[in-house]
Amino acid sequence: MIQGIPLYYFLIVATIMFFVGVYGFLTRKNLITMLMSIELILNSVNINFVAFNRFLYPDTLHGHFFTLFIIAVAASEAAVAIAIIINIYRKFTNIDVEKVSEMKY
Amino acid sequence: METNCFNYTYLIILIPFISFVILGLFGDYLKHKISGWLGTFSLFLVFILSYYTAYQYFFNVGKVEGVYQKFVGFNFVWLRFTESLHIDIGGLLDPISVMMLVVISTVSFMVHLYSIGYMHGERGFERYFSFLSLFSFSMLGLVLATNIFQMYIFWELVGVSSYLLIGFYYQRPSAVAASKKAFIVTRFADLGFLVGILILSITTGTFDYVTLTDPNGTAITQGSGIVFLGLSTLILVFMGGAGKSAMMPFHIWLPDAMEGPTPVSALIHAATMVVAGVYMVARLFPIFAISGTPGLEVVAYIGGITSLFAAIVACTQFDIKRVLAYSTLSQIGYMMLALGVSGYGGHEGLGFMASMFHLFTHAMFKALLFLGAGAIIHAVHSNYMYDMGGLRKYLPITHITFLIACLTIAGIPPLSGFFSKDEILVAAFHHNKFLFAVEYITAGLTAFYMFRLYYNVFWGKNVHYHHTPHEAPVTMTIPLIFLAIGSVFTGFIPFNKLVTSDGLPFEAHIEWGIAIPSILVGILGIIIATVLYKKETAIPDKIIGSIKIFHKWAYNKFYFDELYLFITQKIIFKRISEPVAWFDRHVVDGLQNWFAWLANTVSFNIRGFQSGQLQQYGWVFVSGALILVIIFSFYWYSINF
Amino acid sequence: MHITGAQIMFIIFSAVIIIFSILTVTSRRILRAATFLLFVLIATAGLYFMLNYQFLAAVQLALYAGGIIVLIIFSILLTSHISQKFEPISWKKSIFAALASVAGIIICLTTILNYNFKADSLAAIEIDMKIIGRSLLSYNKDGFVLPFEVISILLLAAMVASLVIAKKAKTKQQ
Repeated sequence: MIQGIPLYYFLIVATIMFFVGVYGFLTRKNLITMLMSIELILNSVNINFVAFNRFLYPDTLHGHFFTLFIIAVAASEAAVAIAIIINIYRKFTNIDVEKVSEMKY
Repeated sequence: METNCFNYTYLIILIPFISFVILGLFGDYLKHKISGWLGTFSLFLVFILSYYTAYQYFFNVGKVEGVYQKFVGFNFVWLRFTESLHIDIGGLLDPISVMMLVVISTVSFMVHLYSIGYMHGERGFERYFSFLSLFSFSMLGLVLATNIFQMYIFWELVGVSSYLLIGFYYQRPSAVAASKKAFIVTRFADLGFLVGILILSITTGTFDYVTLTDPNGTAITQGSGIVFLGLSTLILVFMGGAGKSAMMPFHIWLPDAMEGPTPVSALIHAATMVVAGVYMVARLFPIFAISGTPGLEVVAYIGGITSLFAAIVACTQFDIKRVLAYSTLSQIGYMMLALGVSGYGGHEGLGFMASMFHLFTHAMFKALLFLGAGAIIHAVHSNYMYDMGGLRKYLPITHITFLIACLTIAGIPPLSGFFSKDEILVAAFHHNKFLFAVEYITAGLTAFYMFRLYYNVFWGKNVHYHHTPHEAPVTMTIPLIFLAIGSVFTGFIPFNKLVTSDGLPFEAHIEWGIAIPSILVGILGIIIATVLYKKETAIPDKIIGSIKIFHKWAYNKFYFDELYLFITQKIIFKRISEPVAWFDRHVVDGLQNWFAWLANTVSFNIRGFQSGQLQQYGWVFVSGALILVIIFSFYWYSINF
Repeated sequence: MHITGAQIMFIIFSAVIIIFSILTVTSRRILRAATFLLFVLIATAGLYFMLNYQFLAAVQLALYAGGIIVLIIFSILLTSHISQKFEPISWKKSIFAALASVAGIIICLTTILNYNFKADSLAAIEIDMKIIGRSLLSYNKDGFVLPFEVISILLLAAMVASLVIAKKAKTKQQ
């Protein structure tokens, strides 16, 4: 109980954020907005890690560092994803995920 | 049994093998003449070595305390299964193998020499000589075998070289068919041989001939305990021998094998390979004789029936080589019969001795007959006797030697055939009167068909030839003369002192009570043939007309080929193979095809899942994950609350 | 019931996070969506501050709010017109996605809320930059040198990879 806020509150916020991200991933057609949905999902997970660390194991820093590394991975992922998106844009002149389906059967 | 002064005998096998390798690999680069003479020279070396070995064996060192011993000239272990069961390659010298060495090297050398003339200018001259060398190698290895498995190996090698040589004129479909037939029939018989070898080795625990045929050894005493197994084993082993020696009912391949070049017929299908079966039975003779099974009876009856049957067929054939082929069948039948009516040891072993004796003399005169026939064919370019006649003027040497051979086979004294045939008849008389009678009839028939052949070729009508037949070259006539001399004088070799069933010499006399009637029967056959065929007359046709059906049957070889075709094609192929093939094609293959079709169809139908639509994948992923969460939560609840 | 300042801050941050994340995924203008995402990330950094992880919050602000959002905005500018509006999402699709999301929220929340998390009563460690730096480069227990190195390689690889991918393919010259 830190400052009168239970762990559950953080978890609720993170869960909602996660599924909003899932919703965005499933509905958005634009590749960049899909990428943004993924960032939302990543952030909700980060919040979970940090909250667990602070509330349940305050004597260690594992969740903290995990979050740190996730941020680093997210950064590199975003960089590569955007490179791919730009390449796709060059090839198809749009970034609509439904039109980029060359890799079927 | 000791290793001794015979350890050079490995050369006897090695030399033809080297010759085969050289001719086979480098034959194309050698001149015709050189390759021919190379093969002949290697066989000449073998010839010298064999005669030296025979001399040494029979007159110097072979006898220990009056008994001919078995010597192992050389031996090395090739494949070891257990301490006692191993396959060796070696050279065993005892009276029969030494005698066979002499036969093979003599005939093979003569045939090599003859072939230089006969095959002159043929395509594949080097190939021919390399095959001949291969054959000589395998045959010598066969007779020198120290154990039954080595014999089997060389047995198959002999079969292969026979196949290669029968099919030498591979452009001719009939030659190809004949070689296939020979190979398949003998191979089928060898199946029995192999099974027999395996059973024999299981029951006795050894392959080695010396242990196997020791009259007091465990092999025989144990084998006699299991009568049924012993009998089946011996019959199976004999089946291999019958296949190789063309005994009934495996005789069908031998007449067709005459498609090969004539010297090959002389070497393989008259003198050496076809007597391998006889040799094999002789080799295992103690087992046959002592084990107390009726194996020998089977051998005797098959030999007797084959000899009579073949003699009848031979009277009706027109192809001179086929006449000789049936004559060979008949004579090998004699040998088998002689083995079959023999006992073991002493005078009881008369049949064994007679068989070996006849093998020896037969090799000489039958090779001579074939080589003579080769000379005739060489001169006339036809195999059929109605294309021939009056050849005595053109081919004097061939004529004389051929006449000698015919007289020999007819059993006219003092030629060699008389002595050996007489011993067989005596042995048969003392053992089985029925077979004795069969042999009498056969002897008369033999004289008849041989002189039918002789008169038809050398006398009879005067045929107008397109180009005048000429005598064969000297490389062909020398073997003829040599073999003719052999045919005349080999009868005086005292086989009863040299080659006996137990190594002990015994006394044998010509029983004139049996010999004189056999001579008379022979002369009767000759006289009938003279009357019928010396001048061209209408009598033969009349006789044929009066026994039309019988003649037709005999002319068609009693429809044995047709019977085989009926059994194989109508029964085995149609009733068994075709349903099996149908089953294989439709059920076994069908099942596989069905699986392939199923996989194909299913994957074709489900490939839509791989749509390339990222969000579809996302859907599947999310719903799957949710389902897993639900499952795990329920699970978690169920174990916690 | 007395409401503390911290609770007020938490409510504000959570509200910002939830509302702006929904706006992010529903907005039909892409640049606006990116901006809303920025707000979400900043609010997340605020949560980290509340949990007393200042360094993490700073990283969140610098990397996410600073770096990634800028990257995204750049790529938006490269690939689309600013004024472009997306077509409205198809009714069927959004309903199904919303149903799936709501179902997921319900399932996860019931699971979470039914679980009794036992808080550790151990004393919280004071986090300062020294500890963070030492932990990152330590190879003892609670040290993170291996992931640190791995991440550094990953970043390098990502940099090279994005360069290679985004580079214009050389046209073959004869």
